[in-house]
Amino acid sequence: MEALYRDYILEHYKNPRNYGTLDPHDLEFHDHNPLCGDELGVHIRVEDGKVADLRFHGQGCAISQAAASISSEELIGMKLDEVARLPAEWAIEQLGIDISPTRRKCALLALKVLRGATTGDASWPE
Amino acid sequence: MGVAEKPLADVRADFPVLDREVNGKRLVYLDSAATSQKPQGVLDAVEDYYRRHNANIHRGVYSLAREATELFENARERVAAFAGWDTTDTIFTKNATEAINLVAYAWGREHVGEGDEVLITHMEHHSNIVPWQLLCEERGARLRYLSVSETGELSLDELDAVLAEGRVRLLAVTHVSNVLGTLNPVAEVVRRARVAGARTLVDGSQAAPQLPLDVREIDPDFYAWTGHKALGPTGIGVLHGRHELLQSMRPFLGGGDMISKVEFDSSTWNELPWKFEAGTSPIAEGVGLGAAVDYLSALGMESVRAHEKELTGYALACLPEVDGIRIFGPPDPERRGGVVSFALDGIHPHDVAELCDREAVCIRAGHHCAMPLMRMLGVPATARASFHVYNSRADVDRLVSALQAARRVFAL
Repeated sequence: MEALYRDYILEHYKNPRNYGTLDPHDLEFHDHNPLCGDELGVHIRVEDGKVADLRFHGQGCAISQAAASISSEELIGMKLDEVARLPAEWAIEQLGIDISPTRRKCALLALKVLRGATTGDASWPE
Repeated sequence: MGVAEKPLADVRADFPVLDREVNGKRLVYLDSAATSQKPQGVLDAVEDYYRRHNANIHRGVYSLAREATELFENARERVAAFAGWDTTDTIFTKNATEAINLVAYAWGREHVGEGDEVLITHMEHHSNIVPWQLLCEERGARLRYLSVSETGELSLDELDAVLAEGRVRLLAVTHVSNVLGTLNPVAEVVRRARVAGARTLVDGSQAAPQLPLDVREIDPDFYAWTGHKALGPTGIGVLHGRHELLQSMRPFLGGGDMISKVEFDSSTWNELPWKFEAGTSPIAEGVGLGAAVDYLSALGMESVRAHEKELTGYALACLPEVDGIRIFGPPDPERRGGVVSFALDGIHPHDVAELCDREAVCIRAGHHCAMPLMRMLGVPATARASFHVYNSRADVDRLVSALQAARRVFAL
């Protein structure tokens, strides 16, 4: 069976959820993966310290785009300080597939821009 | 080194790594533009150097040191002859990037000032962009770019127009594009720049491995290339420079070997080429590069070029069989080197490369250290297949089926 490009990964890649821009928005961040050229940005609207709405936008490989799409569904309604503390493993678990070291940055790009938007920290999640 | 001339179809056996299987399939290596594989003769030369001759060069008086020095300096002579340039003005560096940085620092800082321009092109590798950005920023100069046409080519008219403004101090251009494959008319570009009073640097990293090279015929002020793309080891690059410029330039790095005499307050410099080779040189790597150019010369660079052209033509003919493929660069194999960049609709290049790997086909995906060019092409990245002497039509066929398999995985 296909281990990486599972049907749901490809489905999210082809039909990403919460994709596009949000205007107005309260928080935003944009970044790329210099290794392969994946790009991803996020717009977040905040109400009562929570993610009221959120959109990802960009272009990249199936893993980076599916990671953004899948996690977006979990993120809406989450407290901002909780988003800021999400660990790398959360992002990997969202994908539900084994991620090799060469694809790890693809899997973590969505989390990286989320952290950038909520904390200003632009470093890669460990 | 005594490699007999033979049809290129047989040379695959000279490259031990190509015996490997990946995922149970015969390895197809299509990333020679990133780094080439090494023939047995190069591996032997490096090993023989360490096993039998290792000593530091230019200093020891004992036999071993003499042998090591001879091996290294002999390699320099053969490398210079291979490129068509004087041995004295052929400097060994770490790689092409260091060779270009050497020119940017040791020549650029003295000769590029406020209001001057450095002219490069949109198809340069980052190694021929960033050193000039740093130089221009430091000196208050302006970095300008020549554009690249739809078919991946430069315009000599645009070049003339920029040169006519009279502010270009240096023109730096790639001989062969690592993304588009474009074979630039560097002799003509250099001639026009010289008439306009500009100095010239040609980045030959993709050209030296695959074209019959005569730097004297191109006649630039500087010509840089790297060993590891030309079947040699990593860690060794080459800078050919015009004698009087190298003479007048200050050193790039200071240290041992590059001095004539060191006083407490000042030093005088060694002769060329050693003035630009501070510290212990990459000796084994130089010896290995000597073996690499011997191997290429024995095959004959005309044959190498013919092989690359034939294979590129075959790839340009076969790849359109894959639905949704978009191929970049000049359509005519006469006007390009052995590299083909492409995009597949609906699959990002990173996924294309991952799925090709499952078929044991190694291709590159990404921006190929040419982010400005990606922006011009309107893509975030491309997939790239590149060829060398050990590749065959069967390898291209394997690539085509790997791409078709990738489309099936993505249900396209």
